[in-house]
Amino acid sequence: MVSAPFLYAVLLLAVPVAAIVMFSFWSQSYLDLDTTLTLKNYREAAADPIYGQLLARSLWISLVVTVITVVTAFPIAYFISFHVAPGHKSLWIFLVTIPFWTSYLIRVFLWKVILGYNGVLNSGLLGIGVIDAPLTFILYNLNAVVITLAHAFAPFAILPIFVSLERIDRSLLEAALDLGETKVSAFLRVTLPLAMPGIVAAVLIVFIPTIGDYVTPRLVGGPGGLMIANMIQTQFLKLNNAPMGAALAVIAMIMVTVVATAFVLLNRRFLKGRS
Amino acid sequence: MRGGGLRIYAVIYLVFLYLPILLLPVFAFNSSTIIAFPLASFTTEWFAELPRVPALRDALWVSLKIAVLTALVSTLLGVCAARAAARYRFAFKGTIMGLIMLPLVLPEIIVAVSLLVVFLQIGLPLGSLTVVLGHVLICTPFCVAILNGAFQSLDISLEEAAIDLGETGWSTFRLIILPLVMPGIISSLLIAFTISMDEFIIAFFLSGSEATLPVYLWGQLRFPQRLPVVMALGTLLVLASVVLLTIAEVARRRGVARRGQQDNGGFL
Amino acid sequence: MALISLSGIDKYYGTYHALRDISLEIEGGEFFSLLGPSGCGKTTLLRTIAGFETPDKGVLTIDGRDMARVSANRRPTNMVFQSYAIFPHLTVAQNVGFGLRRSDLTKAEKAREVGAALEMVGLGGYGARAAHALSGGQRQRVALARALILKPKVLLLDEPLSALDKKMREQMQSELRQLQRQVGITFVLVTHDQEEALIMSDRIAVMFEGEIAQLATPQDLYLRPNSRRVGEFIGMMNLIPGRMDRDGSQMIGDIPGLGRLPIVPDLLTDGQGPGDCTFGIRPESMSLVFNGELPTGKFVDGTVVERAYYGDMTYYEVLLDGGTAPVTCSMKNLVSRPVLDAGARTRLAWEPGALIVFDAA
Ligand SMILES: Nc1ncnc2c1ncn2[C@@H]1O[C@H](COP(=O)(O)OP(=O)(O)OP(=O)(O)O)[C@@H](O)[C@H]1O
Ligand SMILES: [Mg+2]
Repeated sequence: MVSAPFLYAVLLLAVPVAAIVMFSFWSQSYLDLDTTLTLKNYREAAADPIYGQLLARSLWISLVVTVITVVTAFPIAYFISFHVAPGHKSLWIFLVTIPFWTSYLIRVFLWKVILGYNGVLNSGLLGIGVIDAPLTFILYNLNAVVITLAHAFAPFAILPIFVSLERIDRSLLEAALDLGETKVSAFLRVTLPLAMPGIVAAVLIVFIPTIGDYVTPRLVGGPGGLMIANMIQTQFLKLNNAPMGAALAVIAMIMVTVVATAFVLLNRRFLKGRS
Repeated sequence: MRGGGLRIYAVIYLVFLYLPILLLPVFAFNSSTIIAFPLASFTTEWFAELPRVPALRDALWVSLKIAVLTALVSTLLGVCAARAAARYRFAFKGTIMGLIMLPLVLPEIIVAVSLLVVFLQIGLPLGSLTVVLGHVLICTPFCVAILNGAFQSLDISLEEAAIDLGETGWSTFRLIILPLVMPGIISSLLIAFTISMDEFIIAFFLSGSEATLPVYLWGQLRFPQRLPVVMALGTLLVLASVVLLTIAEVARRRGVARRGQQDNGGFL
Repeated sequence: MALISLSGIDKYYGTYHALRDISLEIEGGEFFSLLGPSGCGKTTLLRTIAGFETPDKGVLTIDGRDMARVSANRRPTNMVFQSYAIFPHLTVAQNVGFGLRRSDLTKAEKAREVGAALEMVGLGGYGARAAHALSGGQRQRVALARALILKPKVLLLDEPLSALDKKMREQMQSELRQLQRQVGITFVLVTHDQEEALIMSDRIAVMFEGEIAQLATPQDLYLRPNSRRVGEFIGMMNLIPGRMDRDGSQMIGDIPGLGRLPIVPDLLTDGQGPGDCTFGIRPESMSLVFNGELPTGKFVDGTVVERAYYGDMTYYEVLLDGGTAPVTCSMKNLVSRPVLDAGARTRLAWEPGALIVFDAA
């Protein structure tokens, strides 16, 4: 029974991913693919600083976005789980998820409208006299990318944290208070460790896709805010150098995997160290 | 009021979440072609212009076709996977389910270029079909996640009771399982449909000359004079999404109620 | 010919040996219970009869037919599940009538059957209710009606009362027993509650670790447990090490602190002879002798070590003069009887012939 979806995933995921790995060892000579295996693309990726810079920037942006998104999402998840009446929880979750289901392109574009030189934010702030010249550091740079991505991935962070908070047996907290913990220390010693699986899931689920985001850097990032996905797209569709694009995609994949694995391992050790 | 400070934070956070969406209709009804404050006057001109753009109609049609197909196929695959995961033990279960769920966390650009490479190599022409193939891949994990909830909460003794009372495996599926997971299936269909309607990157790489709605939109974003129409279109899309999602949520809740359980909330 | 016959049934879950060489026969019209501690394989055995588990070895016949190739939906058995498995999307009547879908009855006949079945379990008029709006006891009745409407040869019940509170459970125990007499169908009940098994059953099979330890009527099981384990599992039992000697044709038990007591030959099993052994004695076979009451049988002096007051009964732990460990005895509380406190001196009388002999520990 599982074979149908599994076969589908193999054919359309495992095979393509394998193909792209293989592709990355080929090379493009003008209009033809040269199918002799070569490390040329990887050498080029290592030699040309633009690639390194893009990769490093993508990684950096993803990390910053992840931290900001998860840190700002946690109180929301906590609020919904601990302070909202049980009957209203699913309504709140619904409210939080709706923006995520509306056109991503348009949402990102609207951030451009909000953050722009004549944008909503600037005209608003000018209007009430907080500033007397439009702010320029908020569009076409990393800040804009970070804000937009943090917005786009908010529900992805809130949901897993919420789920893990919901699973916490409330009597554990009462037991902690009963044993003399303060509310804060009960939170730190009971709630937070028990919410860890959700936080880890949130971190991964935000970190991994953001590193490959294409739309946001293109629309609000300006030249200084481009990320690796933009370069992959350029290689594939503009420069017609699919093998180079494939190599970059593979490098990005490896980077994601390494960072994600390292994070999971570190976290596991951290949790073990405490218990 | 409980959670005072947190509640204020939550409200501010909601404003942040909804800010872009709330601005959509503001500009969609604004007569100025420049998307900025201050606003000019009220107009419905941009909405009126929508049906007059043939490229838009084509793109909408392509997207609808793709989304319906994607929803059907990925929900079917989701039913198979969720049922198997909930009921059977098989070799490498974790690995197999992991692979099926993987697209959920893989950067879409990687899915897109991988598929592109393969489709080009095997000579499959880019178009609606290739987009459907890609969309099914990324929608299936969502369907599995939704349907998992429905299948896992099915008490196995319900099925055994039906068998015990003389039903066969298939009639048990039809009489007991299907009615009980139907709300899950509906919300899975709607969510796959919504994701597919909205998906951009994969469509961008795989749609060839058959632009989907988001691909069409992407092209329009470069022309400042087209932006108000885009805002009008966006408003309608948001409205449609909200309606579909509300239906999905109502269906999900009804399913929870029908199985007589406690509502533990939320999609996914 | 027995209605259900199992012979040499073995069942493995992977390497775990869940049923070990089970052989037993259940007669038509019998109320039969499978009793044992958690994890001993009761449910597995029941599900094997129902057809949800396939034995790895052995033969199961129902009404003379080998069930090996008969799937669960074709067996003349119906089941009441522990969770009741009431279909939540159907009404009470639809639940009860579920098994009639394939019968040739007309709609009206089906409705009549359903009505009668509901009436039988005391739920007349509940047909239109939504199934998930029922209380635990009502769900239990719906499950019963649903299983009985097909008039199975055997009704299988897996801990049907364990989800009910004490009062409800006691009420359902007698109702179930009555219902069984009324319909005359063979009931096979799984329970881990020995009291429940004793109250309801014609015969009980006690299981430990996948094996049947003893199969007997409730009285036999209580009075003549065939092992210490069964004795301890069913009711309360004092276990006292001692010796058994032959005195002419009579067997005599020699217990430190108590002396020599005759053993009823009826309570001896084959192969038990003179030598070290363990004696079992039920708390109610001993009694404290209060002032003014005449002791019957043999009696010994001792000191109350502890007591537990239950309202109708008081349980005393008494250390006999010259004994090594206290024994437990139970006394009915009468108005005329005082309740002794720990430390009180007392006298303990033994019902003659109450000794059960087990192998030495
Ligand atoms: N599907 C299964 N796979 C593996 N082991 C199983 C399975 N079903 C039962 N077992 C094991 O077989 C043993 C007997 O299980 P069974 O359910 O028959 O016990 P039981 O006597 O009904 O106990 P309880 O009173 O707890 O219901 C248990 O140790 C259980 O862990
Ligand atoms: Mg059991």
